[in-house]
Amino acid sequence: MNLTTLLLTLVALSAAIFYTSRRRSLSKAKALGGQHHLNSLPLYYGMMACLWCALPAISVLVIWSIFDGVIIERIIVQSLPNSSELTSSELGLLINSIQNYAANPGSLTEVSDPAIIQAAERLVDLNRVNAMARALLVLIFGVIFGAIAWTRVSPELRARQFVEKVFQSLLLLSSFVAVLVTVGIVFSVLFESLRFFSVIPVTDFVFGTHWSPQTAIHDGQVGGSGSFGAVPLFAGTLLISAIAMLVAVPTGLMSAIYLSEYADRRVRAIVKPMLEVLAGIPTVVYGFFAALTVAPTIRSFLEGVGFENVSSESALAAGGVMGIMIIPFVSSLSDDVINAVPNSLRDGSYGLGATKSETIKKVVIPAALPGIVGGILLAVSRAIGETMIVVMAAGLAANLTANPLESVTTVTVQIVTLLVGDQEFDSPKTLAAFALGLVLFLVTLTLNFIALHVVKKYREQYE
Amino acid sequence: MNMATNTAETIGDNHQTVGTPFVDNAKLSMRNVNVFYGEKQAIFDVGMDIGTNEVMAMIGPSGCGKSTFLRCLNRMNDTIEGCRVEGDLNLEGEDIYGAKLDVVPLRARVGIVFQKPNPFPKSIYDNIAYGPRIHGLVSKRTELDEIVETSLQKAGLWNEVKDRLDAPGTGLSGGQQQRLCIARTIAVSPEVILMDEPCSALDPIATAKIEELIAELSENYTIAIVTHSMQQAARVSNRTAYFHLGKLIEVNETEKVFTNPDHQLTEAYITGRFG
Ligand SMILES: Nc1ncnc2c1ncn2[C@@H]1O[C@H](COP(=O)(O)OP(=O)(O)OP(=O)(O)O)[C@@H](O)[C@H]1O
Ligand SMILES: [Mg+2]
Repeated sequence: MNLTTLLLTLVALSAAIFYTSRRRSLSKAKALGGQHHLNSLPLYYGMMACLWCALPAISVLVIWSIFDGVIIERIIVQSLPNSSELTSSELGLLINSIQNYAANPGSLTEVSDPAIIQAAERLVDLNRVNAMARALLVLIFGVIFGAIAWTRVSPELRARQFVEKVFQSLLLLSSFVAVLVTVGIVFSVLFESLRFFSVIPVTDFVFGTHWSPQTAIHDGQVGGSGSFGAVPLFAGTLLISAIAMLVAVPTGLMSAIYLSEYADRRVRAIVKPMLEVLAGIPTVVYGFFAALTVAPTIRSFLEGVGFENVSSESALAAGGVMGIMIIPFVSSLSDDVINAVPNSLRDGSYGLGATKSETIKKVVIPAALPGIVGGILLAVSRAIGETMIVVMAAGLAANLTANPLESVTTVTVQIVTLLVGDQEFDSPKTLAAFALGLVLFLVTLTLNFIALHVVKKYREQYE
Repeated sequence: MNMATNTAETIGDNHQTVGTPFVDNAKLSMRNVNVFYGEKQAIFDVGMDIGTNEVMAMIGPSGCGKSTFLRCLNRMNDTIEGCRVEGDLNLEGEDIYGAKLDVVPLRARVGIVFQKPNPFPKSIYDNIAYGPRIHGLVSKRTELDEIVETSLQKAGLWNEVKDRLDAPGTGLSGGQQQRLCIARTIAVSPEVILMDEPCSALDPIATAKIEELIAELSENYTIAIVTHSMQQAARVSNRTAYFHLGKLIEVNETEKVFTNPDHQLTEAYITGRFG
């Protein structure tokens, strides 16, 4: 029995158990004189039995599937005549060819070793037995537990509580998965960073002003000696993010004010979704917009004004386009918080003879400010983490400069360049990427934490 | 429009406001006022005066248009989309809806206090100082301090908050917040104060304080107050206006309205037969 059939059978089995248990609860209730004698609704009795049938069976299936491949492989290897003399990679190759032959015998005409053919036939046999045993065991589990549950259906049984507990545990489990993944990421980055810092001192990394991560891969090679001062990267990130925020905050805020306070309903219904489309454009598209349209425009403009040697890659182009990309973050969140300011405050202000603009400036914006700040912080962490636009428009040169017309590079871009291509994963060069990642992670984590805290404070104020 | 015919049947087509809607020393005078929300008419041909330094109570069943009418008096209805006001409304002979009139000084002259206290999320001091600041009433900090103090004193809140003027206004109790809102209104020295059910969110003790305050304020201010409490109307007002389905049925001396009303609808309402 193959896996699909098995699963379908299991579904059918649990459905049957669901149905019969529900019936059983109903008929027991009838004997007592009505449904209100049941502890839970009949549906819950069905669901309880169904869970009892399906969950143990699925657990068995999962455990079985984890081990069966390994065990079968063991058996095959042991049956080979000279397995103990082979190295592990030779053994791997051998097993591969056995598996291939077993999957479609005849197609590989070169296989002539009778031992392989024999082993392959054995493998096919084993697989068949394995599938049958698996199906049998799973279904037996399903039937036994389902039947036990069915017999236990009785008016006093607290079926609803059981079902709710099971679902609650499922919910808990899923949230746990997310948390576990996060923790896993943090630790992997942390350990690799520690390895990096055992080679390069932390202070060199954090305070060094020279970044050139090329190291000689083998002795005698002409290459950089490698220097890992990350300050130019931090500065570049800061510069580009600052430019992006200079574009995004005023534009986003003002459009939010327009949309929520001045625009009439029809304009708002059209403009707001259009603005939000900006957030849906892939960053790579922004990247080539920045590299092919904005950067050359800036360059030719500056040359027209009289600058010389303007680089075609600049922090200004990358930051500007990135700013456009995050406008919707700022405007959408600000629009939401501005809308959440109760109208009674506006009325209070108008009632004192304030004009619309005074009301917006002195009452609405201050009342919405914490929420707006939260939105801006989220946008900043988005800007810091952005890679693609910078790769395409700001260049790779790790210049330590505050001039927005020069080419700079950012933390994320360097992570990418450190890791692309064939790399050994234990040279300081690649490990540096993890250290940079750690810094990035810490910064955005802090920003998000503050932002969420601020936004939450704001919510509490009005809800 | 449907509503118009229904009303006409119950009240009588040539409904005349009975009693004494007009006075000699009118601060506000309204004639032939009609208000529409889009297609729907909410106020039908209302005419009345509010005298100088008078307290006018407005009563009537829910939805009869009291708030709508009150909000016409300082053009707060302008902020509602689709709301249209017709008729002559005058503040000391000046056309409230005239093309020349600027709503900003109008609202400074005719202040409004709402049903739910709505202090700004600022300090107590800044709440009061808001109006004087936007109108440029003061040039020096000491003058502003003085306005804040006298306004709070007039609103009967000074003793409770004088030590914490920097605390947020939203942190006060409901009754204190409402007095803060009244103080905020007083701070721009209006001539008229409109109050839309100012006590409906308050307990009896806070209500009593506000009523006391209204009595004191009536020496210097003209007050129009919407209320659902007939006892309150009886306690604080000089004259009472009874609204019914968007029409002004009766205006009379408060005592007369509550003892011997001229119109049977008024009588039905005050004796609790509907509303
Ligand atoms: N913003 C609005 N848009 C449309 N119709 C409205 C609006 N505000 C009020 N109305 C309608 O106008 C009529 C009068 O409403 P108004 O709020 O003036 O009544 P009210 O006498 O103040 O009632 P209450 O005592 O419940 O406060 C009602 O029929 C109401 O449905
Ligand atoms: Mg009302």
